[in-house]
Order: sequence, then C-alpha cells, then structure tokens
Amino acid sequence: MAEVGQQHPIKVYFLVWALLFVFSIASYLVDFFAFEGHLRWFLIVVFMLLKAGFIVAVFMHMKWERPTLITAILVPPLVLIVLMYLLAYEADYAWASRIVYFGDVVEPIPEPPPSHAAVPH
Amino acid sequence: MAEAAETDQGPLTTIVNDWSSDVTTFKAVPWGKAMMWIFLLSDTFIFTSFLVSYMAVRMTQTDAWPEPSEVFSLEAFGVPVPLLLIAIMTFILITSSGTMAMAVNMGYRKRKVAVFWLMFATALLGASFVGMQAFEWTKLIGDEGVRAWQNPMGAAQFGSFFFMITGFHGLHVSAGVVYLLIVAFRVLRGKYDNTSFEIVEITGLYWHFVDLVWVFIFAFFYLW
Repeated sequence: MAEVGQQHPIKVYFLVWALLFVFSIASYLVDFFAFEGHLRWFLIVVFMLLKAGFIVAVFMHMKWERPTLITAILVPPLVLIVLMYLLAYEADYAWASRIVYFGDVVEPIPEPPPSHAAVPH
Repeated sequence: MAEAAETDQGPLTTIVNDWSSDVTTFKAVPWGKAMMWIFLLSDTFIFTSFLVSYMAVRMTQTDAWPEPSEVFSLEAFGVPVPLLLIAIMTFILITSSGTMAMAVNMGYRKRKVAVFWLMFATALLGASFVGMQAFEWTKLIGDEGVRAWQNPMGAAQFGSFFFMITGFHGLHVSAGVVYLLIVAFRVLRGKYDNTSFEIVEITGLYWHFVDLVWVFIFAFFYLW
C-alpha cells in the first residue's frame, strides 16, 4: 500500500491536453461551418464523448484505477440514459398535446419538424 | 502484493473480492479521493437531470427555440463570429485543466513551489472564466432582454435553462477557485510536507469534473 498515488509521465498529459484542444476546435468548426441535421449532431456527440473520455481516463486517472472504483463510479450514471430515453420517447406526444390543447391551430395538427430537438437555421 | 494478485485474476474477480472483503472496498484509494469521486457521482446526476430536463422542454416546446449560434455571437474586427466568447471560455477551461494536471503531477514529485504556481494559474484561469460568464449574462440580460421567465427571441424556457445550467456550473467554477486557492496556499505553507500530496489530486478531480461538465454544456446547450 506504499504507492497510493497516481504518477505518470508528463508526456501523457501533454498529449491529452493537445487532443482536447483539437477536439474543441473541431466541435467549434462544426458550428462555424454550419453543418446541419444528423451529421451535425453526430459530430457534436462524437467530439463531446472523445473529450469527456480523455478527461476522465487520463486527467482524472480513471484508466489506472482498480476496476472496483471504475465500475462503482461509471456504471450508476448509465441509468440516466434511461431517463433521457423515456423523456425523448414521450416528447412527440407531449408536443402534439400542446398543439392540440394550447396551440392556436387546432385543425389540422401540423407535422412535427424532422426532429423537433433542432431548430432549423 | 495487490498488484500481483490483480494480474492473474480478471476485473470481475477483483470487483467481487473488493466488495466482499469485509474491509476497505476501494483498495489503494485514499478515503478522501473515494469520497470526492462519490460526491462527483452525485453531481453528475444533478447536472444530467438539468440537461435531460432541458432536452425534454426543448423537444416538447411549441415556440421557436433561439439559435444559440446567433444569440452568442460576438463582433470581432467588425465581423460577427458565432460563439466567439463561448469558444474562448472553452479554451480557457481546457488550459486550466492542463495546468491542474501538471500541478497533480508535480505534487507527486513533491515540488511544492511548482504545485503552488500551477494551482494559482488554474485558479486565475477559472476566475477569468467566471468573469467572462458574468459578461455573457450581462449582455444577455441587458442587451437581449432575456430573463429567467421570458425571452424576446422565442421560447421563454430558454432563459430559465440558460441561467439555471450555466449558473450552476459557474457556481461550481467559483467554488473551485476558492478551493484551489485554499489548497495552493496550504501546499506552499508546508501543511502537507510530512504527509502525502494526494489532496492536490483530489482538488484536481473536482476541477477536471468542472471542465467535464462544461464539455456537455458546450455540446448540448451551445452547439446543438
């Protein structure tokens, strides 16, 4: 138990630091060049997950921890995906109900946008 | 010994053995670090609940949601640049994460003057982040007329979620700056000379988490 610390070569930190800059610039460029639709969302999520993964794995040293700590911390948040799924699943219904009961237009019910999560430019 | 045992058993065996060992579960982890991780886990649930409720509201909203790319654009050299301030804030937070990682590394080398200056630099970057956020809020409240209950550009909930999510994150950054400064000065005073510098790593965990939350806010609130 003498070695409880997390000591790693500085090179690893510099590499991840540089990667975080690259991914941030890349995700900024997604907005700058105004990518649309699924490509936009896909790229945003990919760069977000890459950044988050590198921060947790290297800067927060998760990569070198025992599997007991890794699973205790990283498994519980997975239930949040269920919450997200449930609310996204119900969204069409809630949106349509608002149009029907609170909207100015009662008939006909307008088509929902391709994905109402996004507002077109 | 623990290291040797780990190599000839799979991760699942390690997990089962650790949880059923009748002693410390998180072996080779200082208790302060385990507690910080558990605190961060609870914070993950808070921030994710904010972001998920933001998603639910934005998806079910019948009014137009303002275009963040335009709302948060700034003029630079006479040209409007989308999300300019947010991009600068993102880079500042990443830079501060890097200096914090360096501070942790120097801590384990017991180079306390280096630790102090790196943590001090991290705190300064964090403070400048909060300053920019204050500027952003001022612009949004004063120039654009956005309030927590109304928004001239469309859906009223835009204001509520913007102020709640970025405000809660800004609060974390502000608390982190205070936390960093306290630990940095204690390191310099020699409080941890005879013990371990793991407190620097624990502070670092909190700071990296603040950066981690910003990654998600940046993606879902500003870019989406």
